[in-house]
Amino acid sequence: MSLRNLTLTGALLGLMSTGAHAATCGPDGQSIRILASDFPAIHAVADAAEAACAGGASEFTRNHTTEARQIMNAALTPNPSEYTSVIVANSTLTQLMNDGLVRPLNDLVDKYGENIPENLLISMNGNVMAVAFMANAQHMFSRTDILEQAGVEGIPATFDELLSAAEKIRAAGIMEHPLVMNMKSGWNIGESFNLIFMANDGEFFEPGTAMPTVNSEAGIATLNTLKALVEYANPDYLTHASNETQALWEAGKAALGIMWGSRGAAILDDEGSTEEVTSNTVLSAAPSNEPGGTPAATLWWDGFTIASNVSDEEAEATFAALASALTPEMVAANNDDAVWLLDGFTPGAAAAGVSATAQAGAKPYPMLPQIGLIHNALGAELSDFLKGDESAEQALADVEAAYMTAAKEAGFVK
Amino acid sequence: MKHRTFFWFILPTLSAMILFIFLPIISVFIQSLHIGHEQVLVVSESCGPFGCNETVAVDLEATEKLRQEAPLGQFNGLATYFNRSHLASVEVAEAWRTRQSFGSFFSEITNLPFYRALFFTATYTAIVTPLVIVLGLAIAVGVNNLHRLLKGPSIFVSLLPFLVTPLVGSLILFWMVDTDGILGASLQTLFDDPSLSLKASTALTWTMLIVYGVWHTLPFSFITFYAGLQTVPTDTLEAAQVDGATKWQRMMYVVVPHLIPLVSFVTLMLLMDNFRVFEPIVSFSAEAHATSLSWIIYNDLRESGNPLYGSAGATSIMTIIGVCILLMPVLIRIWRDFNRKAH
Repeated sequence: MSLRNLTLTGALLGLMSTGAHAATCGPDGQSIRILASDFPAIHAVADAAEAACAGGASEFTRNHTTEARQIMNAALTPNPSEYTSVIVANSTLTQLMNDGLVRPLNDLVDKYGENIPENLLISMNGNVMAVAFMANAQHMFSRTDILEQAGVEGIPATFDELLSAAEKIRAAGIMEHPLVMNMKSGWNIGESFNLIFMANDGEFFEPGTAMPTVNSEAGIATLNTLKALVEYANPDYLTHASNETQALWEAGKAALGIMWGSRGAAILDDEGSTEEVTSNTVLSAAPSNEPGGTPAATLWWDGFTIASNVSDEEAEATFAALASALTPEMVAANNDDAVWLLDGFTPGAAAAGVSATAQAGAKPYPMLPQIGLIHNALGAELSDFLKGDESAEQALADVEAAYMTAAKEAGFVK
Repeated sequence: MKHRTFFWFILPTLSAMILFIFLPIISVFIQSLHIGHEQVLVVSESCGPFGCNETVAVDLEATEKLRQEAPLGQFNGLATYFNRSHLASVEVAEAWRTRQSFGSFFSEITNLPFYRALFFTATYTAIVTPLVIVLGLAIAVGVNNLHRLLKGPSIFVSLLPFLVTPLVGSLILFWMVDTDGILGASLQTLFDDPSLSLKASTALTWTMLIVYGVWHTLPFSFITFYAGLQTVPTDTLEAAQVDGATKWQRMMYVVVPHLIPLVSFVTLMLLMDNFRVFEPIVSFSAEAHATSLSWIIYNDLRESGNPLYGSAGATSIMTIIGVCILLMPVLIRIWRDFNRKAH
């Protein structure tokens, strides 16, 4: 291709993108500043938004950091705020809403939301606060070859089946610790409690208040299930989070796992593991108590918000740019990076677990302003029970006491 | 030095200290006397990709009004200091009243977050500090007696643990003691116990943290004592030798007394550092077995979504008080030495 042709193509492409930009991007010359977590699916969305609308913006900056949750409230508090948009999840949205740092999006959705299906609008009393684009959940991972070798039929769907499968694998002498779970002291152990608590139809709070109700029959049943499960987990389980469990799985040291759906693609790809592991790994719905019962899972979504403390023009430009990214083309190009909630998604093997879990009727992670406090209390107080230092009742009483102390300080209870 | 000259001399340091140390401590103290505003909750309907449900949300307008009225939050006096997350006066009294034995009282107390952290912090400080001083002195004397050619390399090697970033150093050890790591796997083979894990037992986790603490701070006391050894007067040593003192006696009666001011200095620094032990707990993921006062502050600020500034402030102030109490004997000693020399 000659130089002249190149220039021509360039000019044509430029024209085309201007055309696209006129159709989907917001007001010109605005500054778009995005704060987001750091994983491939989020990069894909931000990349698409940047490709479509950075040309017309005076500034397009992105900060991808795993510490997004820690800095977002401070970054959005000043006026004008540091970012025009934060990409959040269920739990982090309430953290921003508690301080009134994100704006209702209803008018922007009317103007730019033709791509966005109704069910992806996260609303609170009719005010749209975020637009979701992907889902995540923890669910079962199984090694079919090892299950077969141990004489287990089918893939465990209930906790009883899971426990008996683990016992058979141990009894057959294949693995002493066949189960991996994210049980690291802190957030992860709290989340593992939440999963099973959901399957037990547990309620975290008295409806309409911030008074805790985890010290209940459902709570005790949950702890007993957890304790039965960790009998089959690596003795270091209190230090295992996603990176460690994924590594154990990829090293072929586990046959049954409860891990995040977002790790599915990373486990099934041809990096970091052997053919034997990847070809025999099957992702399926999270286990439940009874066959067909509520799966032990909390459903998560990731989505974008727009900051309160920015000008309406910047808000509009940012919303338009991000909304323009949610196209079937973007999804097709990044199909296996996430369980997309958008048009054009073809669920692959890596998405099977999350889809099955959602279809089986799993509940979403509670969007409550005080949920972070009880999650933290669970994370700090449950390890004593699992170590065998105290009873389930005592552990849950400690959780409630620790929560009440924190909730009083945060102003949720008097 | 004239008072005036002294004043101008000390002014830059003093103003920096007031600005960056004293005022922040005052602000932390004021913060610790307050708790957050009441969050006015309203029942709302929340909808999303997984359906709609009834939930609660913060009524922003009503909460903002409360915030405007009292920007610092609600005044809570010293109540935060005595709540369950800190001194837990009510819980401790209750545990004492219902105790069956001292042991049961003790286990009730260590079930409370502050005392549990204090217990580990104090144990860590009490074991690491003397070990580091004694071992540091021993290594310094050993290196000092080496052949001239070997001295350089051995000083370098002894300093290595200090050069490694604490977080990285503890992560390396953490991976080594993993059941798949070189130390963890060797121990399992050695004791022929496939479920032996340093990370799963409280006692072994404490040991690991303490060994790491000694390993990491040893070079500090070593290099300080090594520098001190270079100033030991040779004529005193020779005189002692002429009088027939053995090597051990020369060490105990000449070298050690000469180094005592340094011992005070090293103790002071180590006590302060060890009482604020933090990084190893995070990088060893040891929270289930060991927490420290600094870790509680970190957890209050970081993990609950909405930071608990009052709690974190109260723990900070109590950590400062703890350090002051620990340092008191050493400071008194230094003060006495100073007065003795002045006369």
